[in-house]
Amino acid sequence: MLEKLDPPSARLAHAPAPYDWDELVQEDRVHRLIYTDPAIFAAEMTNIFGAVWVYLAHESQIPQHDDYVTTRLGLRPVIVLRDSQGKLRALFNRCAHRGTTLCRKDRGSARIFTCPYHGWSYLNTGKLRAVPWPDGYACDFKEAKFNVAQAPRVESYRGFIFATLNPDAPPLLDYLGAIRGPIDEWLDRHPGGRIAVCEANRLKYKGNWKLAYDNSGDGYHVVFSHRSLLEMENRLADEANKGMSFYRGSPDQAPMYMRYTGNGHHFKDKRPNVEKRAGGLWAIEGPHPGMEHYAEELGRRFGAKAQEILDLASSEPVNINVFPNLSLLGNHIQVFEPVAVDETNVTWYGTAVVDEEGALGGAVEEVNALRMRTQESFPNFGEVDDLANFEEIQRGLACLEDEWVYMHRGLGIPGRVRSDENGIITAPATDEAFMREYIKEWKRLMQATPHLVVQREP
Amino acid sequence: MGFASLNPSYMPPMQPTHDPSLTSYYITDAFYRELVENFSDWQRDELAIGDPAERDRFRALLEREARLLDQLRLDEWLAMYSPECVYWVPATPAGGDPRREVAISFDDRRRIEDRIFRLRTGYAWSQAPKSRTVRMISNVEVFATGRETIRMVRSNFLIGEFRVDGTRFLSGWCGHRFVQSEASWKIQVRQVNLIDCDQNLRNPSIIL
Repeated sequence: MLEKLDPPSARLAHAPAPYDWDELVQEDRVHRLIYTDPAIFAAEMTNIFGAVWVYLAHESQIPQHDDYVTTRLGLRPVIVLRDSQGKLRALFNRCAHRGTTLCRKDRGSARIFTCPYHGWSYLNTGKLRAVPWPDGYACDFKEAKFNVAQAPRVESYRGFIFATLNPDAPPLLDYLGAIRGPIDEWLDRHPGGRIAVCEANRLKYKGNWKLAYDNSGDGYHVVFSHRSLLEMENRLADEANKGMSFYRGSPDQAPMYMRYTGNGHHFKDKRPNVEKRAGGLWAIEGPHPGMEHYAEELGRRFGAKAQEILDLASSEPVNINVFPNLSLLGNHIQVFEPVAVDETNVTWYGTAVVDEEGALGGAVEEVNALRMRTQESFPNFGEVDDLANFEEIQRGLACLEDEWVYMHRGLGIPGRVRSDENGIITAPATDEAFMREYIKEWKRLMQATPHLVVQREP
Repeated sequence: MGFASLNPSYMPPMQPTHDPSLTSYYITDAFYRELVENFSDWQRDELAIGDPAERDRFRALLEREARLLDQLRLDEWLAMYSPECVYWVPATPAGGDPRREVAISFDDRRRIEDRIFRLRTGYAWSQAPKSRTVRMISNVEVFATGRETIRMVRSNFLIGEFRVDGTRFLSGWCGHRFVQSEASWKIQVRQVNLIDCDQNLRNPSIIL
């Protein structure tokens, strides 16, 4: 049963009429309010984190029937699970009775969720199964309104689980559109075209979530914000080509590029900068614990084939950004989670290679032991500096009278930004075209009036 | 003819074939297995060493480590560690297996030196300005292992950290694996267990 939602809280939260969106979001700049205004943030929780497909979890986190993880859809606590019949669901973590959360754990397995408050119990399909002393109620509890509310649409693309509350949203495949190509390539470099999510580097910053999405394809900041990382990664190197060193010199003349693919999604492809050979990725890795030992060990066992195996422990030089909250970069699955207008969680899930077919000849554990170490590098030594810069943006934006945030790099230079017949936009690596395009889509969504629904089992 | 020929029992000092500041050969599968084993189920009452002089020796070492970190005397801090050491900050409350999961930090000696190098470049924006810290170390307990030259030490910590917009407290407990080397005890592994290690942390850029 689908319930149409136009509740009081959503109405109040909807961006008030006085905003002129064309004033707030212009071709070359945006107004500071989009990062600082609590009313805009509240409206985003409906118009963005409700109305479009939002990434929730990866199927490898809930491999078996009855497995679940708890997370958030915008600010809503949800239980993402595979029900007893194997169907993926996103239940609101909220007892239908008086509103307390049903599940207090991060992850687990449960056929039934029993509320800690009054003992109402639900199947993991969301259907109410029993209440204590039902003879004290005049109703018979057969109405759907007593079943747990859940997202009406939950779809998975190659393991990535998304949900939306918008019955009018396009199918997930259409929403993803051309960003599917980079996602496919990111997965398909692994045996079986799959990865498994493992534990994460979890960070937070005191700043608006869009500061992270603005940064997600930013090539302009690398040599400045990450100067200490680049110096660190190259300090022992014979050749100063480690990590993102290809941003030094003339990054806009390098073969890497940025590409906007629509619906807010964009892709930074740095692979053309790197030698296309087995071991090409490994060759530009900075120092990591165990690397010499494991490289020699794999070389002894596999000879020349060790090089392509070592590439699986190396960072894939791409940034695949799926609006609003998912970024695949290196080997990470990064999730942006809005907490408040000026607070955001960024979780960098590590991923492991899965090799059930034995394509790696038994090397999968060594590859993962190395891959865990390579994945720790950027969150420890790079991301923290970006987040410090984001926090300082939120501070700087307290200057009320200094209104504009500029996104005009690359704009107005003839021939620099190319558009194809499908609307796919390509530009040099330090350009801000992706920011301008995604924020236009954001503006369109903020001006819309989505009619969100929840579903309850009949 | 050198000194060696005059003294048949002369043993030249062992030269490491691999300098752990430059290469990372000691992080092997066996090393990981032993690490996980050494840091499982080690805080057992029957292994606790009650001798006050011994507890005090290790308490003094931990307090010195804390002072050197507060004072950012990082070279002297690192000198308390054995050459093939590990600084490990798990992302899971039980420690977990670092072969299968990322840690908040898992540093071999070279990566510790990278960390110190980065903090000194002047371009580490997450530490510009630098945090001011005061570490409180307490609840020190010393445990025996199978060997007289190895001790496991449990301690609790509270780090007061002031940076930019306020003071916060990082709380947790450490497991130190001390190895006796000649007259002194060196830290071979420090495992730092934040009570909120599996939560989203704001600016975790100091050496804990």
